[in-house]
Amino acid sequence: MSSQASVLFDVPGPRARLRNNILTLLTVVGILAVAYFVYVKFDEKGQWSAILWRHFLEAKTWTDFIIPGLIGTLKAAALGSVCALVFGAVFGLARLSDHWWIRVPAGAVVEFFRAIPLLLLIFFLFFLAPSVFGGGDYTLLALVTGLTLYNGSVLAEVVRAGVLAVPKGQSEAAYAIGLRKSGVLWLILIPQAVTAMMPAIVSQLVVLLKDTALGYIIAYQDLLNMGFVILPANYFGTRVSSAIVIAVVYIGLNMALSALATWLEKRSRRSSKTSAKPVAPPSATGVGAPGAGVAGGTPGI
Amino acid sequence: MDELIKYAPDLAVGFLHNLQIAALCAVFSLILGTILVVMRVAPTPVLRAVGTVYVNVVRNTPLTLVLAFCALGLSDTLGLIFSDTPITNSFWLVVLGLSAYTATFVCEALRSGINTVPLGQAEAARAIGLTFSQSLRLIILPQAARSVIAPLGSVMIAMTKNTTVAIAAGYLAESAFVMRDTFDDTGVSIPIFLGLAAAFMAVTLPIGFFTGWLAKRMAVAR
Repeated sequence: MSSQASVLFDVPGPRARLRNNILTLLTVVGILAVAYFVYVKFDEKGQWSAILWRHFLEAKTWTDFIIPGLIGTLKAAALGSVCALVFGAVFGLARLSDHWWIRVPAGAVVEFFRAIPLLLLIFFLFFLAPSVFGGGDYTLLALVTGLTLYNGSVLAEVVRAGVLAVPKGQSEAAYAIGLRKSGVLWLILIPQAVTAMMPAIVSQLVVLLKDTALGYIIAYQDLLNMGFVILPANYFGTRVSSAIVIAVVYIGLNMALSALATWLEKRSRRSSKTSAKPVAPPSATGVGAPGAGVAGGTPGI
Repeated sequence: MDELIKYAPDLAVGFLHNLQIAALCAVFSLILGTILVVMRVAPTPVLRAVGTVYVNVVRNTPLTLVLAFCALGLSDTLGLIFSDTPITNSFWLVVLGLSAYTATFVCEALRSGINTVPLGQAEAARAIGLTFSQSLRLIILPQAARSVIAPLGSVMIAMTKNTTVAIAAGYLAESAFVMRDTFDDTGVSIPIFLGLAAAFMAVTLPIGFFTGWLAKRMAVAR
């Protein structure tokens, strides 16, 4: 970024410095104006009164509401991640099969679940579960199944891309020394593909973590639900203050995972253990991350 | 199948609302995303910092939270009201929230496009005396945009699918809400789900094919 930026513009001369300073001033004034506006509006509604914020200093608020909500979110994310990784590995390898009767159905499943809105899928599962299994609380089941099918399908594409990214000579050499198809896959291709896939997988897991927030809409007891519904119901008027607190928690979690993805990406770029280049993060399309975003920065930045 | 036929008019109206939101957000997020990317590569450090902070914060917040905050924070608390009709008001809140969220991904896609432009192009632009804004406008951004058509297509597809989350901002008229409503009334129906899935695929798949085709056609030969 810095090298790219410096090539876009010269070392500032007197006029450029003046312009820079004016722009800086305007930006700062603009930000202060927005901040002041927000402050005044909050003040009008009494959002700054200590009573709305004091709760967050009490241990009870955290132990009774925020931490259980966080555990709910992390539980859904952890279950979803494990299932999605299994689903992705199975379907990704199935799409590479030599038999059309495995390859074609697997491809159809993956493309279908990637193309439909995740929330529709979760709603459908949420309403389907009671009519299949009888009464009960199926919020977690619907959420995790939805996350698995969607993110698993994206991961299947990552797995496929990872295996295909290993240079062809590798499998040719492996066949030449007499390995069979399964041996080539498990001994040669997959170990190299895993290294190349790691950053893309982690960035998809960030997406999955963000997508757990959809559970809020089917009333799953996650962090968002605790912050937006249950906390304000218990402490009257804390809706905005608790929204801000849980937003900080979410952003912190995601940024930590994103930093991990960026670090893994840098590491696998230098790795000599694989001849495959790092797979680009899924150019897919979740509630979480539309587009080609490694969480911590698109590759090549 | 009977349910699908019976509820088809309601579902179609809901789906049209999704398309309306998607069309508006496509325009706004592309504009805002371009502004953000200009900020992120600008010579002024403060502008760069503001762009970076905005992109990182908004991108790491779940869309559900962004939209819920638009309704409960911006509208109810800060008094940002677009219209006195609640449904119109929440429609514009969804457009605002979804555009603000999608713009960060547009910005990141464009920024990765800027990195594909060879250094020599920028150097040549400076050598013939173009200013920063001229070289960005005439040399860098046009090439960057052409190289990220396909990723931008993915962003737009995701944005179209994300219109279903509008329910989180209290916009109770689009297809996810209508689907839930019909399920509440008559029980779960597989044809209705598949019908809506097909409707979304009928919109998103052509976007993917079109942007893929356009990306190939517009590719800068290097």
